[in-house]
Parts: sequence; structure tokens; C-alpha cells
Amino acid sequence: MLHSSIALIGLIVAVFFLARLTGDPTNLYLPIDANLETRQEFAKLHGFDQPSHVQFVKFVKGIAEGDLGFSIRKQRPAFDIVLEAYPTTLKLAFTTMTLVITFAVTVGALAAYKPRGVFDRVASISSLSTASAPDFWVAITGILIFSVALRWLPTSGMGDGIEYWIMPVTVLMLRPFGLQVQVVRASMLGALSSAYVKTARAKGVRERRVIYVHALRNALLTIVTVAGDQTVGMINGAVIVETVFGWPGIGKLMVDSVIQRDYAIVQAAITITASAIFLLFIIIDLLYVALDPRIRHR
Amino acid sequence: MTTVTTTPTSGEAEAVIIRRAQPWWQLLWRDKFACVAAVWLTVLAFCLIIGPELLGDTATQLNLRARNAVPGLENGPMWILGGDPLGRSLLARLIVGARNTISVALTAVFIAMTVGGTLGMVAGYVGKWVSHVIMRLADVVQSFPSLLLAVIVLYMLEPRVGNLIIVLATTRTPIYLRVTRAEVLEIRERVFVDASRALGSGRFHILRNHIAPIVAPTLLTIMTVDFASVMLSESGLSFLGIGIQPPAITWGLMVAQGRNYLAQAWWLAFFPGLMIMFATLSANILSSWLRLATDPVQRWRLETHKKEEDDK
Repeated sequence: MLHSSIALIGLIVAVFFLARLTGDPTNLYLPIDANLETRQEFAKLHGFDQPSHVQFVKFVKGIAEGDLGFSIRKQRPAFDIVLEAYPTTLKLAFTTMTLVITFAVTVGALAAYKPRGVFDRVASISSLSTASAPDFWVAITGILIFSVALRWLPTSGMGDGIEYWIMPVTVLMLRPFGLQVQVVRASMLGALSSAYVKTARAKGVRERRVIYVHALRNALLTIVTVAGDQTVGMINGAVIVETVFGWPGIGKLMVDSVIQRDYAIVQAAITITASAIFLLFIIIDLLYVALDPRIRHR
Repeated sequence: MTTVTTTPTSGEAEAVIIRRAQPWWQLLWRDKFACVAAVWLTVLAFCLIIGPELLGDTATQLNLRARNAVPGLENGPMWILGGDPLGRSLLARLIVGARNTISVALTAVFIAMTVGGTLGMVAGYVGKWVSHVIMRLADVVQSFPSLLLAVIVLYMLEPRVGNLIIVLATTRTPIYLRVTRAEVLEIRERVFVDASRALGSGRFHILRNHIAPIVAPTLLTIMTVDFASVMLSESGLSFLGIGIQPPAITWGLMVAQGRNYLAQAWWLAFFPGLMIMFATLSANILSSWLRLATDPVQRWRLETHKKEEDDK
């Protein structure tokens, strides 16, 4: 926990100073064609003419008060804009991760049950393929097939109907699913060949119980670690998926702000995302404690 | 070691030694998937080396009759995969694009491995304090989504190829660092390291001659997986318009450009993406083969593959 808070602080500091070191901050905030007067006025208004340590104190104070800068393009506080974008991404990420874990645990456990069997081979080839597929290309090909050619699903946009969710969630699932299947398979293989599983079988425990209670419970630690990393990685996928499908989430907001050069939003988005990741790591640590009695008793 | 041969398992041990003498290409030949993957990567390597020299002109040559040409042989063999909106041959552009796409990923992975490996050895072998600082830095990089990090840095710097490589390398470095450090921590306690130290070897000598050779195969295996994911990241960034910029040709960029013509000319976005997919898939397959082949404990799985199946 101490480690991740150091990481969090480090990242925020790095973002602040990197932005100041790479040149005139007005370049970052204002459009490229802004004239000199506008720049000077802007610099004065936002304190860019002050030495950077003064600016940094102001920046940290701002974070404490929930003030993360002001978007010039949108004429609104950046914090509000970022907070509005978050629920979309969170919904998308949550749905995807739930499906990924459910499917991956089922497929991975079945594959590990009969290693080198037909199911195992199909599972490992398909998981390798989904882990290798470029998500933006799958998204575009999906639009081509299901929206343009077959007209089954909408090309883009976010709606209430399930048809809007099918493609984005599927695309976002691909890579985490492929990876997770391999992880589940490997850790289940390890667990199934362990002494406690042999003991359970010798005792006459039912096979289904052996797999889903004895082995899976012990394989869960690795699965949780990987799932945690993948939840963080969801943001990576969200950047692509939200851009392609036009979802108003944090990923699209980031890319749009980068392209429109709206630095206040980029900075706010980073700060909030980093804090969210920090929270997530704490949750994962707590999950470890819940899953592994050895950590609990330490 | 020779004293052990008197045990009843000596016959088995001998068999293992004989089997290990099998050269790597025979092992590769046995695994058909890995074989296809290796062949495909070799083809790509050729495209990378001679592609732009051979087809650079064809890739930029306009051919107004072949504008958005449908895949087929009507416009000559170079237009077998169709033409783009300016009538340029898609096949030639795919071959030429291999150099940018692959070399960016390769360079980034290579830098990440060198930097990560070196830092990892330092963190694992030198004092605790240095190790702490290095690991915390790795935490900072690793705890943040890599694509997002790349987006931000490329926003602050310019989206040039050099910057792109640095960003991609930075996001991948922690993995090599962690693996190397973990291995070094384990290896440094072994007897042969103690022996070397007792003979008066310095830290640098031990790291270079005793520890690095053991860590290297692991790092190479990670490199092949990593190559795939870096290539995906680079393509993603180029697709978003913040990676490699036109008129340079890369597969990710080609998908982005083809996206505008999705309804009229599907092949423009489809084939470049397929190239990315095949390249990453090959790297992934080859890496899982490598993992087995370089691991003495697992290697028998490749060697006795056939026999085991017959037994079942």
C-alpha cells in the first residue's frame, strides 16, 4: 500500500514536471495558432509566469481541493468533464472483466483437466489467437461484417439496448480472455498435480468438487493477480474501443483531448485514473488476504 | 555429478542426455505450429530487409486505373490484394510497411531488454538501497496503463519514430527488470557464485560471466512475447494517429487509413490488420515453443510428443 501510494505520487509529480520541462506550457494548453498576446495573457491568468515550484504548490493545493484545472476548449472545470466520462468506461470495464473471468476460468479449468486433449488444443490455439489480435482491427472488421454487411448491429454509439454493447465488449474481452485462459490453465495444471488434490481424490471427494473447490481455490491467487493487471489494462483497450465505437468514456476523452491539445483534461484524467488504479491495488491486496489464509495470519 | 550415476536411475539419466543432443531444428520440425510460425517470421524478416529497396517505388507509384481496385489479378500481380484510393498496390505497401512496423517493435524490445536486464542485475546484486529506488521506479511505470502513458508522453513530445521507440521501451522495461532481479537474487546464492567470489572475482566479472549467461535465455523468451505486444501497441498508437505519421507506411497506419473506406473497399483495412495478427500470432506461438525448448524440465514434452500421444 505504501508502495503504490509512492507510485501514485511519483506519477502525478512526473506528469506535472514533464509538462513544464518540455517547453512553454501555453503550447500545451492553447491551440497552435494562438498569438503572442493571448499567450502572455493566458500565462499570467493561470500563473505560468511564476517559477515552477510556486506552480507546483498551487497544483498540489488544487488537487487537494478537487480543482484540476480548467478546460479552455470546453470552458468548464476539467475535473467535472473527466468525472462525467468515467461511468461509461467503468460500466464497460466491469461488464468485460466479469465476462472475461467467468469464461476464462471455465475454459481454462476444462483445458487443464485433460491436458493435450482436443478441448485443450482448441482452447490454446484460440486463446493464443485472441491474445494476438489487434483490437482496433477486430473492431473495424466487426463493424464491416455485422454492421455494414449484415446490418445486425449498430456501427457505433452508446445506447441502452444490448446490441450497442455486443461489439465493444467482445473486442475489449479478446486480449484479456486469451491471456487469462493461459494463466488459468497453467495454474490449474499446477494445482491439479499437487499433493492436496491427490489427497482429496484419495478421500473420495467428488471430481467436480476437487476441481472447483480444492484446485480452483488455490489457483485463484494467480488468477486474481492477472485479473488486477488486466483491469488496469482495460484502460488501454478502452482507448481503442471507445474511439472506434464512439463511446463517450475516459479513453475517447483522453485521445480527443490529446488531439485537440486540451492539456487540463489530460492532466485531470491522468490524476484521477492514477488514483483509481491506486484504489484498485488496495482492493487486490485485500482480496489476497481473503483468499490466502497465510497472509491473513501473518 | 558423475557420482550420481551409480544410482538405479542411471539408465534414465543417460537417455535424457542422449535426447538432449537433439538439435533445435528437429525439435522445431516436430511442432508444426511453431514451424509455420518460424517460416512466416523468416518471410517477414526478408520483407524487412529488402522490402523497401525492392518495392519502394511500386508502393508509392500511383495507378489511376487501379483506384480502390478489388483484390484480384485484373491489374497485374502486384494488385492481387487490391489497390488503395490512389491506386497504389496494397501488396507492395504491406511488404514495405513491414520494415517500419517490425523495426520499431524490435528496437523498442531490444532497448527494454538491455536496460531492464542491466538495471535488474544491478538491483539484484548491488545494495538494498539502490535496489529499492529502481523497483519503485518500475512500480510507477508499471502501475499505469501503457497505452495511456504512451499517449501522454507522445502528446508532450512530438510523435516521432525515436520518441515512439523510447516510450514503448520504457513501458516494457519493468518486466525485464523484475524477471532479471528475481533470477539474480536466486542465482547469487548458488555455490558457483560463492566459489568465484572466493577466487577473488569482482562484482562485474561475476555478473557478466556467471549470472548473465543464465538469465539471458529467459529474457530472450520474454522478448518474443513482448515483441508481439509491443507491435500491437505501436499499431494501436499509429492507428490512433499519435504513432508513426504518414507518408511513412506501417500496418497500423494502413488500417487507420483504410477505415475511411470501409464500406467501399474493405480490403484496405482488412489485410494490414491480418498482417499484424499473423506476425503477433507467430511470435506468440514461437515463444511458447521456445519456453518449452529452453526449459530442461519441460523439454521432454517436445521430444516425446509423438510417443506420449500413441500411449494414450
